Amino acid sequence: MTVDANLVTEADELARQSQAPKTGFFSTPKRRAAGKPPRLLFLRSSKALWGIGILAFFTLIAIIGPWIAPYDPDAPSQALLQPPSWEHWVGTDHLGRDILSQLIVGTRYVLLVGFVAGIAATVLGIIVGVTSGYLGGAGDETLSALANIFLVIPQLPLIIIIAGQLPAAGGLTVALVIAVTGWAWGARVLRAQTLSLRRRDFVEAARANGERSHRIILFEILPNLTAIIASGFVGTVTFAVLSQITLAFIGVTPVSDWNWGTVLFWAQNNLALQRGAWWWFVPAGLCIALLGMALTLINFGIDEFVNPRLRSTSANARSLKRRRIVPRIGFTPVVRTAHPAAPRTRKEPTA
Amino acid sequence: MKFLLRRSIFYVITAWAAVTINFIIPRLLPGDPVAAIIAKNQGKIPAEAAESLRILFGLDDSLSLWDQYVQYWKLLFQGDLGLSFTFFPTPVADVVAQGLPWTIGLVGISTIIAFTIGTLVGTAIGWRRGTWADSLLPITTFFSTVPYFWLGLIVVAIFSVNLGWFPSSGSYDRGLVPAFDWPFISSVIYYGTLPALTIVLSSISGWILGMRNMMVTVSSEDYVTVAHAKGLSARAVMFGYAARNAVLPQISSFALSLGFIVGGTLIMEMIFSYQGIGYTLYQAVSTHDYPLMQGCFLVITLSVLAANIIADFVYAVLDPRTRQEG
Repeated sequence: MTVDANLVTEADELARQSQAPKTGFFSTPKRRAAGKPPRLLFLRSSKALWGIGILAFFTLIAIIGPWIAPYDPDAPSQALLQPPSWEHWVGTDHLGRDILSQLIVGTRYVLLVGFVAGIAATVLGIIVGVTSGYLGGAGDETLSALANIFLVIPQLPLIIIIAGQLPAAGGLTVALVIAVTGWAWGARVLRAQTLSLRRRDFVEAARANGERSHRIILFEILPNLTAIIASGFVGTVTFAVLSQITLAFIGVTPVSDWNWGTVLFWAQNNLALQRGAWWWFVPAGLCIALLGMALTLINFGIDEFVNPRLRSTSANARSLKRRRIVPRIGFTPVVRTAHPAAPRTRKEPTA
Repeated sequence: MKFLLRRSIFYVITAWAAVTINFIIPRLLPGDPVAAIIAKNQGKIPAEAAESLRILFGLDDSLSLWDQYVQYWKLLFQGDLGLSFTFFPTPVADVVAQGLPWTIGLVGISTIIAFTIGTLVGTAIGWRRGTWADSLLPITTFFSTVPYFWLGLIVVAIFSVNLGWFPSSGSYDRGLVPAFDWPFISSVIYYGTLPALTIVLSSISGWILGMRNMMVTVSSEDYVTVAHAKGLSARAVMFGYAARNAVLPQISSFALSLGFIVGGTLIMEMIFSYQGIGYTLYQAVSTHDYPLMQGCFLVITLSVLAANIIADFVYAVLDPRTRQEG
């Protein structure tokens, strides 16, 4: 849902956002006065930092998972359906298999499929979106109609019928199916932004200089789309992670590959709920929620980086009060610490 | 009415694309699982039904692809989607028709509730940007990143297994005869509360966030400042000027996110064994009932298209710019 709401923006809206000043950062540090632009602005947002931190944690688990897992996730034991204990930190399932090991080993699969699908869908989206936005005319009509068709057709049932009919839907296959069905969001947003960039002066200047189309697209337009591409990528990864876990949960993909959805699949099919085995399905869900939240936070960070009006939590309610700023509609508070002579903060209207 | 005409053409093309995807997929993928099933049930499947299955799944290699395609369309216009193997020998069309009203009711009601509450809350949060109201955002984010089905599991664990307030599965009391009377309707509402609650919980954050961001953007427009300057009450400015304009992208995003919501609802039905089309799809997938899978996909897609058309009409009514010529 979040992904959708963030990306649903009309063409003119996008154009306006991109024109917002990208350097007018909240609480500008003093060293900026020395003429050096602040670096890594994106990381200044605490939301983005948290998101990246959590994602880094899961990536680490994904890399070293099989070595640090305390047990073999497939090895049955005598401890059947045990609640969490010191031997099994998150308990065991109906065959006595260690659930923590299943989660740790499954992380790699989750992230791998998520990122492969995200990269593939983003590349598809860039190709279709930028081409159609830059070309215009009949090519644009055709490509954007194609993207809109894929947007309207419900993705999950489409993924289910494709994956359900494949004889062996392994990890990579699932990732590609998700990418093929999920690229349209990115394409739509990128097309809108390319349309607005196409007539800007710097692009016109490049064209007047006789630069070739592919050079204009690669070196003039694409760098200006970085933030949108990044947020589209993060959104697609979120979608891919949720989709593949859902597929594993309903048993479309082979249940022998461990992933968080597989854990939930076994829990559901062995009546974990009715038996009161909360440890069987709660940790897996929390892992999914945590990963999803990390990705969403990164996306928030990117959004706030692009659109300064959305930067609210870098100035949360308490810090605003401390700085004696009364939040008012229609104004974006800008703190001028660069002028020590004026201790009172001022409110500057944007727009 | 140029807007509506353009949209109608688009929907016709999309419907055609959906049908064509449905036609192509079984032909592209390797193996002929349906042929195996037909061979296994030799003699049990009536000759006519076997014939239509052959057309639907492209088992007849003697025909050219174009002839197969023409025959496929003919079958669709007769409403023939083949025979379901799971509910043998019920035709797929009948199975799907039984499930569809339940899904439409569940998705429709819970989406309207989520949209209304979400938009109102988003308006309030966007209007009070920079106050405590912003701290509501991370909470709703959490609910939106949790997969639908997991939220469903938790809700079942709390409200039906532990507290015993609501039933954990089914869509009405099996002891009742479906009829348009109060005991039956109340039973449907009682059984539908938990699934609807879960859908509302997980989809509401998108509406809140979208509305909040639009409110933040719209509230710095000149006409809002003018309304303030004229001395209108904050309430009148908020609803009459800011929210009224901020809600338009919500409606157009409604159309686009519908497919996503429907996908989530399908999963929800699988958890609650709610007898809608999602549960049917689940049964089809777990029993490898390919005709039923294809039929479910087609009907789901066409229903989403229909809902999109309605959303477009609403948008045209609300936004006068779309009604302008040219």
